[in-house]
Amino acid sequence: MNSYAQKRGFLATLWDYLTTVDHKKIAILYLVAGGFFFVLGGIEALLIRVQLAVPNNDFMSADMFNQVMTMHGTTMIFLAAMPLLFALMNAVLPLQIGARDVAFPFINALGFWLFLFGGIFLNLSWFLGGAPDAGWTSYASLSLASEGKRIDFYTLGLQISGFGTLMAGINFIVTIINMRTTGMTYMRMPMFTWTTFVACSLILFAFPPLTISIFFLIFDRLFGAQFFNVDMGGNTIIWEHLFWIFGHPEVYILVLPAFGIFSEVISTFSRKRLFGYASMVFATVLIGFLGFMVWAHHMFTTGLGPIANAIFAVATMAIAVPTGIKIFNWLLTMWGGSIKLTTPMLYAVAFIPSFVIGGVTGIMNAASVADYQYHDTYFVVGHFHYVILGGVVFAVLAGLHFYWPKMFGTMLNETLGKITFWLFLIGFHLTFFVQHFLGLMGMPRRTFTFLEGQGLETGNYISSIGSVLMAVASVILVINIIITSVKNKKVGNDPWGDGRTLEWSISSPPPYYNFKQLPLVRSIDAYWHEKMEGRKEMPPAEPLGDIHMPNPSFIPFMISFGLFIAAFGAMYRPDYSWGLPVLIGGLVITFGSMLVRSLKDDLGTYIKKEELDDDKGVKA
Amino acid sequence: MQIQEKMTFETWPAVPEKETLEGRNKFLGFWLFLGGETVLFATLFATYLALKDKVPGPDHPLAQDLYSMPLVFVMTMLLLTSSLTSVYAIYHMKNFNFKKMRFWFIITVLLGLGFLGCEIYEFNHYVHDYNHTFSSSAFGSAFYTLVGFHGAHVIFGLCWITALVVRNWRRGLSLYNAPKFYVASLYWHFIDVVWVFIFSVVYLMGMVG
Repeated sequence: MNSYAQKRGFLATLWDYLTTVDHKKIAILYLVAGGFFFVLGGIEALLIRVQLAVPNNDFMSADMFNQVMTMHGTTMIFLAAMPLLFALMNAVLPLQIGARDVAFPFINALGFWLFLFGGIFLNLSWFLGGAPDAGWTSYASLSLASEGKRIDFYTLGLQISGFGTLMAGINFIVTIINMRTTGMTYMRMPMFTWTTFVACSLILFAFPPLTISIFFLIFDRLFGAQFFNVDMGGNTIIWEHLFWIFGHPEVYILVLPAFGIFSEVISTFSRKRLFGYASMVFATVLIGFLGFMVWAHHMFTTGLGPIANAIFAVATMAIAVPTGIKIFNWLLTMWGGSIKLTTPMLYAVAFIPSFVIGGVTGIMNAASVADYQYHDTYFVVGHFHYVILGGVVFAVLAGLHFYWPKMFGTMLNETLGKITFWLFLIGFHLTFFVQHFLGLMGMPRRTFTFLEGQGLETGNYISSIGSVLMAVASVILVINIIITSVKNKKVGNDPWGDGRTLEWSISSPPPYYNFKQLPLVRSIDAYWHEKMEGRKEMPPAEPLGDIHMPNPSFIPFMISFGLFIAAFGAMYRPDYSWGLPVLIGGLVITFGSMLVRSLKDDLGTYIKKEELDDDKGVKA
Repeated sequence: MQIQEKMTFETWPAVPEKETLEGRNKFLGFWLFLGGETVLFATLFATYLALKDKVPGPDHPLAQDLYSMPLVFVMTMLLLTSSLTSVYAIYHMKNFNFKKMRFWFIITVLLGLGFLGCEIYEFNHYVHDYNHTFSSSAFGSAFYTLVGFHGAHVIFGLCWITALVVRNWRRGLSLYNAPKFYVASLYWHFIDVVWVFIFSVVYLMGMVG
């Protein structure tokens, strides 16, 4: 253990987290930062619903509404949903495959700091002349027309956090391929590991197009390029294509890990092996593959022509097949199982019908001819909120309750958890179900107000009430977290009693080196298998020996901080003379820190065997 | 095998870059990174093809007016040769011959600098003699972004290899730095492959089509 962690002063703890490369601590960092942005995005959602609660409302101006609406979408996708999933991946994935750490602990930390600085940069726009206002898709024709620095906050902020996501993705792929323990073959990997693997592969191939299209927009707005300027030969449709070549796989980047969490939860609380494991793996990979073939279904009304539309419509509908396989597998896992309706299980059970509704409206949108009717209406808003809330947010909430004891060593209160669940479920359906009908009645998406007497009042009012219920549910969740943390009643290795996979075979929270001896995996659901054979612990795959651990490092913070500074320089360079030196200075900090990292040998440290022997009630 | 161990010609493994877990992780992680880079350049190529010769008026130069084969041929030869010399360097790395590896990496850097010089001359030539600039047309933006991204990769690669060679000047080879050299040479080959596509898609197609 490094010397800083042993003194528990506030500054020492802060420094510990600023320099940590331990995946379990990085998970907590992701959870705190992602949770903060989730609250921020939630407040923005509430503001939207307040404005739309009654017709002709003047709670917000149209300009303000555009900013709030844009920031709600951008924050929720990039700064809340993905980091919260990364939190669960970091917390659980190395444990699930029986690894002591991730493949690149340093890059893991770098990924987090890049995300955080990008997110902070984006949100500073509120205080520095207004937030981005061209929608989360930031179509070039809108974003080039936006005045001031608003869109530059979007491009530069997302660019920085996007680098972080890419690195986190590569790190997890290598971890899964190289760091599995003895006997953990690919077809014995837990479903959450599998879905993370596929989602991270999607990150690897989907984020570069976003990086490039954001570069184009940065160059156009700040450095005089003409990519999207039609007068100079540019073409705004290029942005649409590149954005959605990223944007559609992004949906699967979010929802595949969610599927993984539900697979774990359903299997655990049905106390049955996951039905059709091999077909689950196959369906996951197939969804990942098809996810790259369907981006133009976001552009049916752009005018690509009937042949392109038909191809993309059919490809989109094809994704319903592997998704359907998954739905049936979950149902059949529960079938005949000995079901325990814990809080995570409630989310999982509620997820199935909610997500199916989102899937069915997805197929409706995929019918390109009908889509001309739905496009840019509240029908689409209803659709993707069913998929993303009903899929991803339910999964994050289920995962939080499920893995909370593994992350913090104490259980969230089940009663409060169930109250949260019911309020959230009812609020969710109340908010978004009516939006389908509002859309079909012609209410356009991203509209800041509507007139009386067009039949839109009741639906919008119901929708706003629903959003309040979700807000109350979130407050109760926070209260639950506070109460639980104050009580801090410690739990054992397997607090749910039905743990199936390796993470439940070690203490909660795990020691900082995870496994004293790497476990030997002899079956799928390795820990459950050993329990069924009458053992209490995993058999070891190696003799007790020295453990190699990486050194903590402040460099990830500095690399990210340099880019944060450089982004300000790039943004103000056209207006102020100090812009260019600041841009260069920031890049010098970043590349200088990278150089230091490259030149300074970092061989890590060893925990000696003797130290492990006296480590009984290990604390990370 | 321990990472700090002092190696000799006899104990040097056949595949030193993959001997340690750190090395294997680096090897795989870097290949994946190059996968992402491939998509990045594919995106740039697609944009270039979409915006090729898209200019505001008839007096703006087009691809056919700009490119000249002799210069691009020299650049291609310089870069392809530098890829070959980096293969020599890795060959000597595998044979635990640090001095020869160092020598061939220095040659690689010099060839890369030659390429970079030609590219700077080329850009300068287009800007001052043809008024073909980053801002003059969508064609110009796409051209300079694609070729410039490649050029930036060359600069980064040169700094990287130089830093490695200077850092390890007196230290010789170890299982700690062998993967670093290997990965840097992989990066250099990738830059070379991208150039082959730039040569074909930008210059050859630009002069014929």
